[in-house]
Amino acid sequence: MTAPTRRGVHQRLASLPASQPPRFLPQRTLPLRVEFVRQLRRRRTQVAFGLVLVLPIIVALAFQVGGAAGADAPALVTLATVGASNFALFVEFASVGFLLVVLVSLFCGDTVASEASWSSLRYLLALPVPRSRLLRQKLVVALALSLAATVLLPLWSVLVGGVFFGWTPAQSPTGSTFDTATSLLRLAVVVAYVFGQLLVVAALAFLLSVSVDNPLGAVGGAVLLVVVSNILDQISALDPYRHFLPTHYNYAWLAALQPSISWDDMMRGTGISVVYAAVFFAAAWLGFAHKDVTS
Amino acid sequence: MLGTPEGGAPVRLDTTTYLPEHTPAPAVLLAHGFGESKDSVAGEAKTLAQHGYVVLTWSARGFGNSGGKIHLDAPGYEVHDASLLLSWLLKTGDVLRGQVAVAGSSYGGALALLLGGTDRRIRAVAADITWNDLASALFPNAGGGRPGVFKKLWAGYLFQAGFTAGGTATCGRFAADVCAAYQHAARTGRPSPRLLRLLRDSSPAHVLAHFTAPTLLTQGEQDSLFGLDQADANARGIAATGTPVQVVWRSGGHDDSSVGGDQASSALLGWLGSVFGSGVHGVQEFTLARGGATVSAETGRLSRVLMRADGYPGIDARVRSSATEHLTGPPQTISAPAGGNPAAISSVPLLGGLLAQAGALGAAATSGLSLVPGQVAGFVSAPLGSSVLVGGSSTVRLRVTSRTTTDAVLFAALRDVGGTAATAAGTAALSAAAAGSATGAAGSGSRTAAGESGAPDLSALSGTLPAGLVAPLRITGLRPGVPRTVAVHLPWVVTNVPAGHRLALTVSTTDLAYSMPTDPRSYRIELAGGLTGTLRVPGVEASVVRAGHPLLFLIVAAAVCLLALLLVTTVLRRRRKIVRPAPELADVPVAITSVSKSYRGGYRAVDDVSFTVQKGQVVGLLGPNGAGKTTTLRMLVGLISPTSGTMHVFGQPVLPGAPVLARLGAFIEGPGFLPHLSGRDNLRLYWAATGRPAEEAQLATALDIAGLGASLDRRVSTYSHGMKQRLGIAQAMLGMPELLVLDEPTNGLDPPQIAEMREVMQRYADTGRTVVVSSHLLAEVEQTCTHVVVMHRGRLVAAGSVLEIAGAGGTQLAVDDPGRASEVLSAAGIAVRSVPARRALEDVFLDLIGSD
Repeated sequence: MTAPTRRGVHQRLASLPASQPPRFLPQRTLPLRVEFVRQLRRRRTQVAFGLVLVLPIIVALAFQVGGAAGADAPALVTLATVGASNFALFVEFASVGFLLVVLVSLFCGDTVASEASWSSLRYLLALPVPRSRLLRQKLVVALALSLAATVLLPLWSVLVGGVFFGWTPAQSPTGSTFDTATSLLRLAVVVAYVFGQLLVVAALAFLLSVSVDNPLGAVGGAVLLVVVSNILDQISALDPYRHFLPTHYNYAWLAALQPSISWDDMMRGTGISVVYAAVFFAAAWLGFAHKDVTS
Repeated sequence: MLGTPEGGAPVRLDTTTYLPEHTPAPAVLLAHGFGESKDSVAGEAKTLAQHGYVVLTWSARGFGNSGGKIHLDAPGYEVHDASLLLSWLLKTGDVLRGQVAVAGSSYGGALALLLGGTDRRIRAVAADITWNDLASALFPNAGGGRPGVFKKLWAGYLFQAGFTAGGTATCGRFAADVCAAYQHAARTGRPSPRLLRLLRDSSPAHVLAHFTAPTLLTQGEQDSLFGLDQADANARGIAATGTPVQVVWRSGGHDDSSVGGDQASSALLGWLGSVFGSGVHGVQEFTLARGGATVSAETGRLSRVLMRADGYPGIDARVRSSATEHLTGPPQTISAPAGGNPAAISSVPLLGGLLAQAGALGAAATSGLSLVPGQVAGFVSAPLGSSVLVGGSSTVRLRVTSRTTTDAVLFAALRDVGGTAATAAGTAALSAAAAGSATGAAGSGSRTAAGESGAPDLSALSGTLPAGLVAPLRITGLRPGVPRTVAVHLPWVVTNVPAGHRLALTVSTTDLAYSMPTDPRSYRIELAGGLTGTLRVPGVEASVVRAGHPLLFLIVAAAVCLLALLLVTTVLRRRRKIVRPAPELADVPVAITSVSKSYRGGYRAVDDVSFTVQKGQVVGLLGPNGAGKTTTLRMLVGLISPTSGTMHVFGQPVLPGAPVLARLGAFIEGPGFLPHLSGRDNLRLYWAATGRPAEEAQLATALDIAGLGASLDRRVSTYSHGMKQRLGIAQAMLGMPELLVLDEPTNGLDPPQIAEMREVMQRYADTGRTVVVSSHLLAEVEQTCTHVVVMHRGRLVAAGSVLEIAGAGGTQLAVDDPGRASEVLSAAGIAVRSVPARRALEDVFLDLIGSD
């Protein structure tokens, strides 16, 4: 640390070749691999995925200890212990409203804001990672993590449900039974739709992430939107305007459990979600492109 | 208002008129249900008035504040009252000529039909959940023939509803003849001829042949009082006259008033609009609600799906369909206990909805109530190949043998057996069920024995009892021991039986809702074909009602996406400021020309600053805190954009993300690392983010400069400020950039480290690279830098080499007396000139920025 140990440094500096302008390609900056490593090694990412893995087990244990719900509970709850797929559907039903929202907010809201809070954002930008590219790479990784959580939860729930309650084919609340292949197909439809719904949350969290320097603000803001939207959605006096709330069609995937899937509400829900998402993403890009980074 | 006099006394009717915004308008006589008053329909009346109708509501005689006695919609009383009210209403002048409708629910619905069939001034009728023939509704018989089995729970409940203030102790507000006839039936379980006559008079059935007013019939699917069969009879009767009739099977009904009301109301509004608007002709659309067909996205509970057909299947053969299922099951002997107790519970007035809901969700919950061991015979179909929408009354032929009596009272029902029961339900299982029945008949009511034998008992039949409906059956004229074949009409239900489920027919001896024989009996029940029988299942060719255009949402979404993309790309392109490269400056590391930066509110952090930095220089950016140093450096690396002026690095304009910034290494306003990674990983990932080859990084040199030793592999969050500081400088030096920009690099370093850093900077510059370093520590800049740029309050105060700024060079000699020394030196032959003392940079600096 003191001068004597640094002789080597001085010699190295002395022997540095004359500088050459580097071959620099902006389109190669911040490769996805690097951003994945940066995010995956974070404790919050690991805790989030840990939660996704632990939750179904806790729920399954709860059902095993407490027994199945009574007949007056929501339809999916009463069927939760029928078998693997039903358990997965129940876990999905239980997590769509909050858990997945929080996870997606976390992945998408924290990604830029946390860099700002660590001051590492300015070094990435000075690297220079072009701003649009920074957003793109960060968003791809955040959405990939969100998708992974959204897919992992029901998939893992199928396994957990199978171990706890057997591999019985799915039984729809409307009375029909699906064979295993159909069950998984329906589950895939559900997951795809749920992810489409979560795009709103992702987009708003991302917009907040590039707008504020506080990760908590970005994540909390996105969750707050969902909570407020859910509350407004309870007020039937707001008809028909509440049909355009971002969370109104959150559970429209339940229509995928009918003997023949009814796509109508899922189309509406996806359309509304995508509109909000497009607006939020566009705002994020426009806002960040020439923003003064002072963090 | 005065109604029809009764017993020679005038009868006052309590009325309310609701006027729309504009009159004259079409009028609606709105009648209320049994046990209610005009207040019960106030909400509906207001809605109708809002939609432009004159609405007259009144409490029927015997109810609310009206006088008189209850005559059960008798033509001479209640119906005549309505005619009188209509005459009065027409005289007010508020009603458009020829535009009068009558509407009502249940008791009011029957009144609407009776008035519509008898009063020619009525041009539209809407009747909700009401009867066609009261005798068949209260004494139904699924085997044909009248009268059937007394619906005692419902009848008693309705009779109770007539006991409001102002009645007598035994008959409440009922007219004496109605009261006496009811009491007779309640005592005996059989209607007297007097009661049958009364009921006939109060039934729309006898006025349908005269119908000319277009009629809307909405009937509830959860209704054990007035089933869909009642609306069906009304629809057929009215359609037979050629009068347009629309039928709606809605959710809810007398068993579940919590749902379906909205459907009835909107159907009423639609119907009135059509009749008084464009007029209605010919065949009308038919709507049904398929309960439990979907899971509500709002509540997570099962909810209905609306389906539509081009016509009503009872009238229009085009939409009628029918499927045949084969039932199997051995002959079974069932017993009716003495006193009719214990009795199966299928529906209970007011609780019916609850039972139906429980039944739809958990089959086991209700099967225990509606299937009493020893009292039930069951027959099942094979698993259905495809799902079947049952809409109406299924029929089956049964052979019934009574062991001891000449009559039989039975309750038949259609069940949807699914899930595990469907797989278990085979003929073998049913034999076990029959065996279980036999043992039950022998007196052992326990189900455990059958359970222990491993064969499912009634579980093979347990399943959903759609709407909790059973069809009572009274067969008379039997000879004990001699079988009689009867055609049985099962309850009218709307239910979707999914593929893989079985249909089950159950025949039982008891039902709590009905009046039953009290002597112990036993019957042998078999299918008409011996071991097999044919179940005819009616269906409807209906399709799911799709509201709106959901595809539009996706189209709009796609359009918005496209627009957003276009907007972002054009705006980003347009906003890029046009600053031309300056080829003549290609060798000048930094050229700043008239750069200003002002923030919102007018604060100018940097004001018209210009300077250049040449290769190999170590330039100190000097100024007190808040001088604009950091802002200038932030602009230099493209983090913030100047308000005006241009900045070039190696001749290239500085823009956010400009590739030329790759030739620049920066350490600005403190270090920034990922706290969860080690120092080494931070630098490695930082370099990896440049996308440049790892060997260009000179990582080893940079790490040596950081001098963190073993701490390099600890998480950065454990580092001290000084350690982070040195790692930050090392990060800036990764790749040994041509231009190194360091903002306050020695903050937090101890003196030996500061000395070392000074050394590093000088040696770095010696390689031909350039260093721009900002500091508020003057001594440091003086010792390190070749050149100085002094800033104060955002303005450039001075720029030049340290020597220029600090004054000319030369050797300084301090003497006590300059005058004397000059003389001495001159004498000694040493030339003397006046030497300005070289001032310390600090003095210059203080002079430059003034005294503040």
